[in-house]
Amino acid sequence: MAVEHSTGTSVPAPGDQTRIHNIGYRSYDGPRLGRAYARRSLYSQSLRGSYGLGRSVKSKVLPMLLFVVMCVPAAIMVAVAVATKANALPVDYTRYAIVMQAVISLYVASQAPQSVSRDLRFKTVPLYFSRPIETADYVLAKFAALASALFILTAGPLLVLYVGALLAKLDFADQTKGFAQGLVSVALLSLLFAGIGLVIASFTPRRGFGIAAVIAVLTITYGAVSTLQAIADAQGSSGAVPWIGLFSPITIIDGVQSAFLGATSAFPGGVGPSNAEGVAYVLLALGLIAASYGLLMRRYKKVGL
Amino acid sequence: MYDPTVARLTYRALLGRRRALILGALPLLLIAISVVVRFLAGADDQTAADLLGGLALATMVPIIGVIAGTGAIGPEIDDGSVVYLLSKPIKRPTIIFTKLIVAIAVTMVFSAVPTLIAGFILNGNGQQVAVAYTVAALVASIAYAALFLLLGTVSRHAVVFGLVYALVWEALFGSLVPGARTLSVQQWALAVAQKVSGGDLVTSDVGLTTATVLLVAVTALATWYAGQKLRSLTLAGEE
Repeated sequence: MAVEHSTGTSVPAPGDQTRIHNIGYRSYDGPRLGRAYARRSLYSQSLRGSYGLGRSVKSKVLPMLLFVVMCVPAAIMVAVAVATKANALPVDYTRYAIVMQAVISLYVASQAPQSVSRDLRFKTVPLYFSRPIETADYVLAKFAALASALFILTAGPLLVLYVGALLAKLDFADQTKGFAQGLVSVALLSLLFAGIGLVIASFTPRRGFGIAAVIAVLTITYGAVSTLQAIADAQGSSGAVPWIGLFSPITIIDGVQSAFLGATSAFPGGVGPSNAEGVAYVLLALGLIAASYGLLMRRYKKVGL
Repeated sequence: MYDPTVARLTYRALLGRRRALILGALPLLLIAISVVVRFLAGADDQTAADLLGGLALATMVPIIGVIAGTGAIGPEIDDGSVVYLLSKPIKRPTIIFTKLIVAIAVTMVFSAVPTLIAGFILNGNGQQVAVAYTVAALVASIAYAALFLLLGTVSRHAVVFGLVYALVWEALFGSLVPGARTLSVQQWALAVAQKVSGGDLVTSDVGLTTATVLLVAVTALATWYAGQKLRSLTLAGEE
C-alpha cells in the first residue's frame, strides 16, 4: 500500500481513498477439458514416468535396463529355437513370468514408490486435488498406469517369443492359444502386483523404505511359501501344497494359470491346484486387487488434506 | 571414532515410529514359519539347514542389511538434512564408523537373533546347525552393513542396487554361474559357518582363508571409501 503516505496533518475519513482498480484480469472462457481429460493426463504422465520418459536420464536407466533384462532371455530362446529347428519353445508362455519373477518384483519395487511416494513427500497431492479430479480419479490413474507399465514389461517378452515361434514355423493355432493364455495370466499378474506395490508405497513418503518394503513382501512371502511347499511335498502331504500357495502373490498367479490357463505348475511335485481349488485362487486374486483399490481409496480420502 | 549422539540419531532414524515394527515383521515371520515346519515335518537336520540357509541367510539377512545399511545414511542425504550433521565438528570417517556400528547392530539384532531362535525351534541345534547359521548371519551382517552403507553414500538409488546385488547377483547368478559365488557375501559367511558346524550340512564354495580375507577386505575398504565419499559429498537436487 504505497499510497498511504502521511502527507497532510488531517487524516482523511476512511472510505474516501478506497477504490477498486480494474487491472485487466480476464476470466477464462475457452473450453474446459474436465475430469476425464485430467485423469487421462495423469495416467499417461504416470505411465511415461514408469519408464523414465519425461524424467532425467538417470531415472531412465533402471526401468529400461529391467525391460531389456526381461526381453533378452526370450530373444535368446527364440534364436535357439530357430537355429535348432526345435518343435517347441523351451519355455511356455505362461511360465516365463514365473521364471523372471525377480526382475518383475524389482520393477514393481522401484517404480511403485516412484509413482506415489514422491507426491506424498513433496506434498503435491493437495495440488492434484485442487484440480477437477477426485480421489477415485487419482487412484484409478495411478493404478492403471502402473498396471499398464507392468503389462508392457511382462507382455513384451511374450510377444518376442510369439513372433519368434511363428518365424520358427511352429504350429500357428497352438502358439496363438498359448500366447493368449500367457497374456491373460500376465494381465492378472500386472493388476495384482501393481495393487500390492501401490498400497505399500502409498503408506511411506520415503522412497527407499517403500522399495525395501515392497520387495520384502514379494520375495519373503515367495521364499516362505516355496519352502513350506517343498517341505509339505517331501512329507507326503501333497494335499496341503496348493493351499499353502495362496499366501504369496506369484504363487497365486501360478495357481490360477495352472488351474485354468493350461500351464504346468511350478509348485514342488508339479501338482497345481484342482479346478475347485483354482476357483479359490481366482477369487483371492480378484479379491486382493479389489482390496488394494479399496485401501488406496481409503488412504487418499484424507491424505494431505 | 564413536559418537554417541550420532549413534542415537541413527537409531531413531532406523527404528523410530513404526519402522521397528516393519523390521520386526520379517524375523517374526521366520519364527512363525519355523514353528509351522516343526509341526509339519518334526525335527529334521536337513530341513532346518534348508530353511535357515534358503530363507534366513539368503533372503532375510540381505534385505534387513539393505534396510539398515542404506537407511542409516540414505534418507539424510536424500532430504539434505545431512548438511546439519556434516557442519558439526565431527570427523566424517567418525560419522561413517558410528553409522556402520549402528547398522551392524540393527542387522544383527533383527537377523542373527531370530536365526538362532528359529534354529532352536527347528531342530534344537542338532549338528550345530542353528549356531552355524547364526554365526554366518552375524558375519554377513557386518559385511552387508558396510557394503550397503557405502552404496547409500554413493547413489540415490542405493536400495535398488543393494537389492539387485542381494537378490539377482547372489541368488540368480550365484545359482547359474559358479564363479559368481566367489564374489558373494553369503558364500563367505557360509565358509565361516562351515568351520563352526564341522558337518556336511553347511557347505560353501569358498575356502575359509579366502572368505575371511575377502570379508575383512570388503568391510574395511567399503567403510574407508564411504568416509572418503562423505568428505567430498555434493548435495544434488531432487531429480
